Amino acid sequence: MVRFENVGLRYGMGPEVLKDISFEIEPRSFQFLTGPSGAGKTTLLRLILLALRPTRGLVTVFGQDTSRIDKGELTALRRRMGIVFQDFRLLDHLTTYENVALPLRVQGKDEASYRAEVVDLLKFVGLGERMHVLPPVLSGGEKQRAAIARALITRPDLLLADEPTGNVDPSLARRLLRLFVELHHFGTAVVIATHDLALMDQIGARRLVLGDRQLHIDD
Amino acid sequence: MTVDAPQAPPFDAAAESQARMRPGRPLVPSGTIAGRALVVVIAILTFLAALTASGAQLVANASAEWRSSIAREVTIQVRPQARTDVEAAVARAATLARSARGVESVRVFSKGESERLLEPWLGSGLDLVELPVPRLIVVKLTGEAASADLATLKEALRRDVAGASLDDHRLWVERLATMAGGVILVGLVVLALVIAAAALAIGFATRGALAGAKDIVEVLHFVGADDIFIAREFQLRFLRLGLKGGLIGGGAAALFLALAGWLAASLRASPGGNEVEALFGTFQIGWSGYGAIGAVVALVAAVTALVSRETVRRQLRSMA
Repeated sequence: MVRFENVGLRYGMGPEVLKDISFEIEPRSFQFLTGPSGAGKTTLLRLILLALRPTRGLVTVFGQDTSRIDKGELTALRRRMGIVFQDFRLLDHLTTYENVALPLRVQGKDEASYRAEVVDLLKFVGLGERMHVLPPVLSGGEKQRAAIARALITRPDLLLADEPTGNVDPSLARRLLRLFVELHHFGTAVVIATHDLALMDQIGARRLVLGDRQLHIDD
Repeated sequence: MTVDAPQAPPFDAAAESQARMRPGRPLVPSGTIAGRALVVVIAILTFLAALTASGAQLVANASAEWRSSIAREVTIQVRPQARTDVEAAVARAATLARSARGVESVRVFSKGESERLLEPWLGSGLDLVELPVPRLIVVKLTGEAASADLATLKEALRRDVAGASLDDHRLWVERLATMAGGVILVGLVVLALVIAAAALAIGFATRGALAGAKDIVEVLHFVGADDIFIAREFQLRFLRLGLKGGLIGGGAAALFLALAGWLAASLRASPGGNEVEALFGTFQIGWSGYGAIGAVVALVAAVTALVSRETVRRQLRSMA
């Protein structure tokens, strides 16, 4: 599904922030991406999301060499992914419901076809009472859950989550992890970037460990 | 690899409420300071464009009115000839005119009246008895000059009345048509310049809005929006701004012209009012004038939407 071969990345003329990264993400797999702060977890996720281009090496996403795709293909690939940003990236002028429905709206789907699904998901992440509220009014944890719901609503083939439990209490963190696992059972490959050892210890999933600009895989 | 879910506490069922998108809610916010400034710029430009368009329309209408009134009248001039009775010649010419097709009425200017017409040039109190003053016959037509059989009348006058000639005012009509055409052309050029200025302002505003909404555009890209969708959202936003600015500017222009028409009507009795009425008729732009203002508003809104859409598409193409 995603394959990195000897991928390196540097910003401008600076040193390589990622070096000789090689790994593969299988369909329907579940893995944590971990490492200390500043190790490059977010950068690696952005490479998978095609928001960054590697300075060397080969990145293949859904079987396509990302160095040769045009903008139309890029959009098609992104529609198969769900992303939870560390800083949520909710649109402040849209309600929680509108934010979660956004990936379906941009695909031109009729609202009637997804309204019930969005409401169910919002209830499932505990935002049933907050669906008409604008993000600035939400707490950090509520924003986090809204961002997760937005990433899940299209039932993507690949879910990328950057510190998805960083702003929630342990009980809610367990609940959100359960949500990711359920999604994984439905067939989505999941990559969760986190440095929360307690979270990773809850399930025995593969760990991709970033450190010293390189990646080690702990199966 | 497949993993098992950890145990989690059950959810509290939230009371179901009616979820719905707010109708017409744009993905790109429109209530920004730059947006309000653009509305003001568009309103001013639309006001100027609408005044230009309706001014040109006013001149065109006034010119058509002048031409129509001139063209509905022809003049027969009978120049005194040696050894001929000019009164008989005038009577003969009047009879011929009355019998022509398309003639409504014929008025013969008496010798005294013809002489009075020369007073502005020669002054009053002169004895013009010895001068061969031409006699005039004003022929009113039922319709435009083209509908009357003037060629036959002209031929009959040339054949039967010595010294008679027919003037159908064609020269004046043509001059007026040329002048009105020139005014309309200038109006169109000014309109085109104003629209071009609006397009430039909108292009700059769109680039600014896109730079300000960079985060929103990035999120839209990440959730799977393509460039066409994003460009359409910007187009929608700018169409709203364009329509708002256009309606304010067009409304102000319509109000201004209505006020000017009312002032012209109330000043009609004064000498200044007479001059204005002589130039611009009743200073009423009528439904066609208001239609022209509406067309300008629609044009400005359409230009706003199209320019913003194309600007966004170009900018997005250059973005990663």
